[in-house]
Amino acid sequence: MTGQTTVSAATSATDAASAPLLEIRDLEVGFTTQRGFVPAVRGVNLTLGQGETLAIVGESGSGKSTTAQAIIDLLPGTGRVTAGQILFEGKDLTTVSARQMQDVRGRLIGYVPQDPMSNLNPVWNIGFQVEEAIKANGVAQGRDARKRTIEVLKEAGLADAGDRLKQYPHQFSGGMRQRVLIGIGLSSRPKLLIADEPTSALDVTVQRTILDHLETLTRDYGTSVLFITHDLGLAVERAEHLVVMYKGKVVEAGRSTDILANPLHPYTQKLVSAAPSLASRRIQSERRPETTEHMDIASIGARDAHLIERADEREAVTTPDIITVENASKVYQIRQGGFKTKELKAVDDVSFSIPRGTTTAIVGESGSGKSTAAKLVLKLEEMTSGSIRFDGTEIGSLSGKDLLSFRRRVQPVFQDPYGSLDPLYSVGRTIEEPLVTHGVGDKASRRARVLELLEQVALPASTINRYPNELSGGQRQRIAVARALALKPDVIVLDEAVSALDVLVQGQILDLLTDLQSELGLTYLFITHDLAVVRLIADNVCVMQKGRIVEAATTDEVFDNPQQEYTRKLLEAIPGANFHFGR
Amino acid sequence: MPSNATQGDGHFVADVEETPVGAVDSFDESSKVRTTWSDAWESMRSRPMFWISAVLILFVVIVAAFPQLFSQTDPARGCLLPDSNGAPEAGHPFGFTRQGCDVYARVIFGARASLTVGLLATILVTVVGTVLGAIAGYYGGWFDSILSRVGDIFFAIPTVLGAIVLMSVLPTRDPLTVALVLSLFAWPQIARIMRGAVLSAKNADYVQASTALGVSRLQILIRHVVPNAINPVIVVATTSLGTLIVAEATLSFLGIGLPTSIMSWGNDIGQARTSVQTAPMVLFYPAAALSVTVLSFLLMGDVVRDALDPKARARR
Repeated sequence: MTGQTTVSAATSATDAASAPLLEIRDLEVGFTTQRGFVPAVRGVNLTLGQGETLAIVGESGSGKSTTAQAIIDLLPGTGRVTAGQILFEGKDLTTVSARQMQDVRGRLIGYVPQDPMSNLNPVWNIGFQVEEAIKANGVAQGRDARKRTIEVLKEAGLADAGDRLKQYPHQFSGGMRQRVLIGIGLSSRPKLLIADEPTSALDVTVQRTILDHLETLTRDYGTSVLFITHDLGLAVERAEHLVVMYKGKVVEAGRSTDILANPLHPYTQKLVSAAPSLASRRIQSERRPETTEHMDIASIGARDAHLIERADEREAVTTPDIITVENASKVYQIRQGGFKTKELKAVDDVSFSIPRGTTTAIVGESGSGKSTAAKLVLKLEEMTSGSIRFDGTEIGSLSGKDLLSFRRRVQPVFQDPYGSLDPLYSVGRTIEEPLVTHGVGDKASRRARVLELLEQVALPASTINRYPNELSGGQRQRIAVARALALKPDVIVLDEAVSALDVLVQGQILDLLTDLQSELGLTYLFITHDLAVVRLIADNVCVMQKGRIVEAATTDEVFDNPQQEYTRKLLEAIPGANFHFGR
Repeated sequence: MPSNATQGDGHFVADVEETPVGAVDSFDESSKVRTTWSDAWESMRSRPMFWISAVLILFVVIVAAFPQLFSQTDPARGCLLPDSNGAPEAGHPFGFTRQGCDVYARVIFGARASLTVGLLATILVTVVGTVLGAIAGYYGGWFDSILSRVGDIFFAIPTVLGAIVLMSVLPTRDPLTVALVLSLFAWPQIARIMRGAVLSAKNADYVQASTALGVSRLQILIRHVVPNAINPVIVVATTSLGTLIVAEATLSFLGIGLPTSIMSWGNDIGQARTSVQTAPMVLFYPAAALSVTVLSFLLMGDVVRDALDPKARARR
């Protein structure tokens, strides 16, 4: 097997018939870091047959992506395979030369990366990039390559491919870029396609069309697909087989429907029960005196009847509105070169109100204006027209002392747990900052308050001297919540506050938020793109589309009886929406 | 059954004891406290280059501060013409200059002027550049526009060329004027870097969070934005300490930097030039001292960059 002899040629007919397409045996992968060797994949086994689909599910750091990268020899940095075999059509990919691997990659194994925004080169047009892949994989050359490029893009769902070849990535939306990447991945009709979180960066409705399309294509070509995902719903909807990874090991594997209906390993059980779905109900506080029995998140589903009753009670009590938004609009002037400007209505005549002590969610896809709406309520952006009243006071004209006291009562928690804490501030100093700013207490009493807050967000007191870089995403988000709570606010605005977190951590933070709400009587404005999370936390929902609120009602009404076509579309697009997880 | 995980339709479950489920997102209290600075320190001290340049810099600083410790000969007096371009002898290891002065003593006593000008100019450049760059980047508007254009103008003039023109018309020449003139042409670099770093730091979520807490804009700039934007400035400042020392030496070499009454490496090199063919070593020693000093600051700048710039660290 040297020179022109390729891996596929080496595969004898006998192997191909009996052996599975991909078989991973006792794979071990590790990284060399400044602190020594760190194993990332520890003895993974999996098998994928011709034409089958398999999903590897796990939280961040579980080794799922590392496993996929090991297959095509694209381990980042110092990563390397230390033991085990990766048998592709019977041939061990861990032993082939870099040259032979190049031949396998792209031609026999296609790869669709996670982030459509950074995986296309911004300085080359789309046609060039697809053509490059086609030529490199020896699918076609010269004029044929150009023809094939158009074919590939059409297959990937870009109907006007011929006209768009000369366009650049920035002229494509995220969904279209992902179609291009799928087109590239499938251009040489590979036997295996590895899709690493292919749609995590996209809106649910776009995700759905893309996955539908991918499914059709791979079924037609008989391509096997290996999905890497954190989303159980997506896994059960799109893959026949499932491998659950945890801390570098496979903890459960089998048919996806079997596993998710009847999870046997304790980790899978935890994962399945925490996965938000349309069947879930609003989380109730565990700390309420009447619910004394210990309930973890796993038992949420089991309490439906009781909880619906509770929810009805809550809705029946009329509480005064703490925030009232009336006809609020936010128009941005977008410069279009020269002196021309275009108006962009980010928030367009939006009205809603938030009753005290409840949670209102604003849900929408990217560009719907939901985050801008949150910033208007926080007075981080000035509205163009309309009115927002907080506790009876118009916030538009607030300044000086009045603005400071408004800031004291309305606090934000942002999406990115890595960006919202100053990396140079210790945890104690971060949580103390609002107290110092508003001149609350002396040094000793502030420290006592910080310790109290750390306890409220369930972090050990010793974290007071730690820095954000030592904390996980979930822990940082707890710190952000503690900082928001420091001044005992009435309202907390949570802008995608749990979107970046793993599902178990997300569940934990949602539990925490619910507990804090019932303890402290907080009002939440919850901004999210994730309808399943809305069901877990919100009492009322506003669905936004293109700057407008298209539907606003109680959570149960929106989920059980959506009035708008758009809302229905959103609900249907949630992966695994109608699958009944075993709990 | 630890191996052969997924055969056929078999539902594989790993041994629970082999794969225990840990608490979700628990905090390891036993881990070491790590700050950004302690991380940078860890990274620096593991590199031999850091220790080499640190020892060299420390040595040069001690020489500059206490030259008497290293040479008993007073370089200003006792120059005897009979010793002109004399070879090394006991007590005078580097030989004599054309004026018959002790070269070793001059090199030792010259360190102070070179280092003073370099340090003074660097501090001036850093303070001015940081303040102007931070204000321009943070507040933007007309101040930013004016500062950027003024910066561009100064940027277009090479530091040494501008300094030559300015120094040749100044009535007094001492370490302070040389430092001032050098900083006048060198600040735009730092200001530009600071402006860029502030532009990216001011859009961080933690700045918005602080705004929503009610912290004033100026307080945010001082407490959050500047500390988070300062790293690239520290890196460039360390490096420019070296280049500014060279700039001073260049000016003195040309005879328009420090007056000849002040001993500096630049002056010595300039004077040795005339007799370079007969006594090359007279030129060699001050030049070597200058090179080693500048090199150690450049190396230090390199190490500091690696330590403070996480991207550079990941690439290693």
